[in-house]
Amino acid sequence: MTATLKPRKRLRLSTVMDHIVLTLGALFMLVPMLMVLQLSTVPDAEIIQRGPSLHIGDQLDDNFVKAMFEASGFSGKNTGVSMLMNSFILGIGFAVGKIILGMMAAYAIVYFRLRFATLAFWAIFTTLLLPLEVRILPSYEIVQSLGMLNTYQGLIIPLIASATATFFFRQFFMSVPEELVEAARIDGAGPVKFFIDILVPLSRTMIAAMFIIMFVYGWNQYLWPTMITTEEDMYTLVRGIKQIIQVFEGTNLPEYGRGNLLALIAVIPPVLIVVFFQSWFVKGLTESDK
Amino acid sequence: MKRALFSNIWLPVALLLPQLVIIAVFFYWPAGYAVQSSFYLQDPFGFGSTFVGAGNYQSLFRNNEYLKIANFTLWFTVIVTFFSLAIALILAVKADRVIRGAKTYRTLLMWVYAVAPPVAGFIAVIMFNQSWGPLTEFFALFGYRFQVGVNFNDTAFAMILTSIWKQVPVNFIFFLSGLQSIPRSVREAALIDNRSASGRFWTVTFPLLAPTGFFLLIINITYALFDTFGIVDTVVKGEPGNNPMTLVYKVYVDGFRGNDLGGSSAQSVVLMALVLALTFVQFRLVERRIHYT
Repeated sequence: MTATLKPRKRLRLSTVMDHIVLTLGALFMLVPMLMVLQLSTVPDAEIIQRGPSLHIGDQLDDNFVKAMFEASGFSGKNTGVSMLMNSFILGIGFAVGKIILGMMAAYAIVYFRLRFATLAFWAIFTTLLLPLEVRILPSYEIVQSLGMLNTYQGLIIPLIASATATFFFRQFFMSVPEELVEAARIDGAGPVKFFIDILVPLSRTMIAAMFIIMFVYGWNQYLWPTMITTEEDMYTLVRGIKQIIQVFEGTNLPEYGRGNLLALIAVIPPVLIVVFFQSWFVKGLTESDK
Repeated sequence: MKRALFSNIWLPVALLLPQLVIIAVFFYWPAGYAVQSSFYLQDPFGFGSTFVGAGNYQSLFRNNEYLKIANFTLWFTVIVTFFSLAIALILAVKADRVIRGAKTYRTLLMWVYAVAPPVAGFIAVIMFNQSWGPLTEFFALFGYRFQVGVNFNDTAFAMILTSIWKQVPVNFIFFLSGLQSIPRSVREAALIDNRSASGRFWTVTFPLLAPTGFFLLIINITYALFDTFGIVDTVVKGEPGNNPMTLVYKVYVDGFRGNDLGGSSAQSVVLMALVLALTFVQFRLVERRIHYT
């Protein structure tokens, strides 16, 4: 667009500059992860001697087997496979739970005449103000007293206790034309039928966008899983990262290759989802937070 | 609110109930519990507690270590927020301009959004490895011996750099979508009025991006205060010692490791007040004064 009014030569110079800056930015983002990839292909002895290099080794499959099937902890239960499974349970459980609860609550708030609707609205939206981190210790004590330590419920449900999804779906439901409800009523559809047959299909794109954002958010949780899971078979990949680093510190021959590959595995699923469903993700992110 | 409403009574109650129960048990109860226990002194062995009024708060603000951490958190937040916003803005402006490879650049600049903070911290630990870390070697070229985990400033630098790396993509996504929503007609008018690209940026684009920028400012402050926990914890390798740490990390260390429930709760309440103040600023000042569209 800037091209039209400018002489040709200056345009090319500024375009080249744009590309240089963007390439530098892309490298700034990419190089650390490429280093992790490189480190997971070479033997540990080589890493200890010379650190990251440009040499691509042949240890990727060996490291993969070690990372996925050998345990790194004391109990021998936190293999890559079990951590990967726990990460998926946390990510999917969190996203699905949040979306279902959020849609239900938003539907009740937007479409029903309720005496205590305003109160419920404020009770729910106050939760947007305080992140879990500031009430982490009391939350831990409560989950402990409910006997939910080292369980999936204890891991997932306290994280769901905030209104981001409810807020998002409320905004969306408010934008749905009112004529739809009237038309549905004339056709004899009750509130349940209207919700399932009309509103849910209409919200498909929104649900997809929410799912991506919430899945990534749940998958990447660290502080809460660190506190709530003490048994190694409950570790998620992201929670396991610290243990990997501590094992690096304590041993003579740290298994760098395996550690780096686990870090890579912890990153791949959320990155793939964000990259492949980019347009939904960006739409969901920029519209939900505003 | 909608005009055409359903008049069922029990259905909306049933729909709201799960959400209300969960936030009552896992939000209001712990938040209230934090406020309450901030006024009590807990016996370290778990045998009851004594009411000390504002005692926990007083000892908090008299504690030099706490004030030092608050001071570090302030600088950490300012630096991380400034650089991640500035870098993202530059990249977004360039990405908005290029035609060739626009989509590739966008993908390459945003995927780090999905990287968990502790993984970012893990990468920092590798990058700054004492004997062969690429960045340690880079600093060695200038004759500087970089020591993460030993030297306070070096550790702080590693945390800040990692936190910026992790936050640039979010800001980039928002700035780019803000730029793309500027109408074509406005851009063309600006092009006629002002021939210099930097002049156009400061007089037209930047003010139009201000609402996005202020929104991001709050998001970034919250990020630096809370979401960097995973980075701090991995960079210091779980050994706080004399290393720099943020206020949230201090809550965790005192409460979870030090078993000081009262002191930790008082810190939680201070943080809650901070977040409420930030939200208040966001709603009152920002929403009211910045209106360009």
